[in-house]
Amino acid sequence: MSRLVMFSVVYLLCFNVFGQNSANNEDVIDSIDRGVIIYEDFCMNCHLVDGEGVKNVIPPLAASDFLMKKRSESLKVVKFGQSGKMVVNGKTYNGSMAAMGLTNQEIADVMNYITNSFGNSNAIKFTEQEVLKIEK
Amino acid sequence: MKSFKFFLLIFITVNYSACAQQVDSEIKAEEPIGVNYTTELIIDELSIPWGMAFLPDGSLLITEKSGELIHFKNNERVTISGLPEVYNRGQGGLLDVIIHPKFSENGWIYFSYASQEGDGDGGNTAIMRAKLDGNTLIDKQVLYKAEPNTTKGQHFGSRLVFDNEGFLYFSVGDRGNRDENPQDITRDCGKIYRLNDDGTVPNDNPFISEPNAKTAIYSYGHRNPQGMFKHPETGEIWTHEHGPQGGDEINIIQKGLNYGWPKISYGINYSGTTLTENTALPGMEQPLFYWVPSIAPSGFAIISSDKYPEWKGDLLVGSLKFQYLERLVLENNKVVKREKLFEGLGRVRNVVQAPDGYIYVSIENLGIVKIVPKS
Repeated sequence: MSRLVMFSVVYLLCFNVFGQNSANNEDVIDSIDRGVIIYEDFCMNCHLVDGEGVKNVIPPLAASDFLMKKRSESLKVVKFGQSGKMVVNGKTYNGSMAAMGLTNQEIADVMNYITNSFGNSNAIKFTEQEVLKIEK
Repeated sequence: MKSFKFFLLIFITVNYSACAQQVDSEIKAEEPIGVNYTTELIIDELSIPWGMAFLPDGSLLITEKSGELIHFKNNERVTISGLPEVYNRGQGGLLDVIIHPKFSENGWIYFSYASQEGDGDGGNTAIMRAKLDGNTLIDKQVLYKAEPNTTKGQHFGSRLVFDNEGFLYFSVGDRGNRDENPQDITRDCGKIYRLNDDGTVPNDNPFISEPNAKTAIYSYGHRNPQGMFKHPETGEIWTHEHGPQGGDEINIIQKGLNYGWPKISYGINYSGTTLTENTALPGMEQPLFYWVPSIAPSGFAIISSDKYPEWKGDLLVGSLKFQYLERLVLENNKVVKREKLFEGLGRVRNVVQAPDGYIYVSIENLGIVKIVPKS
């Protein structure tokens, strides 16, 4: 939880630097708060508490190039699940993740959390509408 | 200076105890040496094959967590229709499947699944029995539906076993509400249940005359049991359950007893903080064995056939986390050796000894393998 508070502060600072409006910031903070709960419920078992994943088996979310650079592919993984090879930070993983059955809003929330935690930082908020548009 | 040292000591002590200390399992999982068996792929292209039930004709029923019931017969797979609506969220979905001990006479198939039936958002574990008419389920009866529904993704439990007297046992995990569910016998979840084969509550169940109790409960204080078998010699029901971080357990289920979760545990929170100071308390059962670190156990079998002479009497447990099949050797109900079998095949979801005496293992994103002697 302290990590979240720290993150929130850093996040707000970043946003102010980049000149986003503060109403939007509050939205994001709320979404991230909800995202923490989703993460603990559905993701943490495998990706672990600091998003480090499991060596050779579960790809990391922490400082993950896949998560941070492949926005729509990452959304697709969370929305529809994924199996087969994927490359994360130069390492190939050949496992799978089942779709968790989350709502579009829940997916946006957890994406806002994981892309702004574990050393990641993302200035473009995920929304329910963005998740809705992602297709298989 | 003295008082400084004293404060330093207190400071260190306080800090030390704030971080939970865990002791690894005394018996460590070893690499196998000279294994005389290998695996033979029987069915491929399965995603999360949760349950397996062998029918008297040698065919096999397989549940896919996504909600598909597959009948594998003469090397062909047929999807069974007429299933109830399955709540496929988080760890929930279509889960275990078994047949009645007198299946040849009555045709009853039993399965567990996450269901949204009843009040409230979300779902909880349900138990149904039905019969097969061709490739369709008929005569469907919901025997139990745990309450309340919740959108939490965790801990549906769901393993099913019949004992020698024809009672049906099943597990329901704590559904992510460890503070309210497992220790309260007036609430579902975090329990092992016992029913008659038609879903009625046996009149000698332990909490039958407790006010407001859920009378189907047989034992309580469980976290998430995803492995269960009937011991071939003693007839006892053995289970294992997922702990939090560390503290997976093997238990022999006894009527009316409290297995302690979350009051006692050998595990800690995922965040590394203390969950409970206690690993033992009066009135709560100690596990037969506990795993630290956790292996994330799913599927549980005991080898009683003559197909694997050097493994006879050993336990087999799937490890979701480390992706191997664990063999545990027992001496006087104490684990004396652990071995990692077939490491790297994938997340092991289930293991059963089939009526033909062979062991079948279901592996996520692979399929079902049979353990056979090396040729």
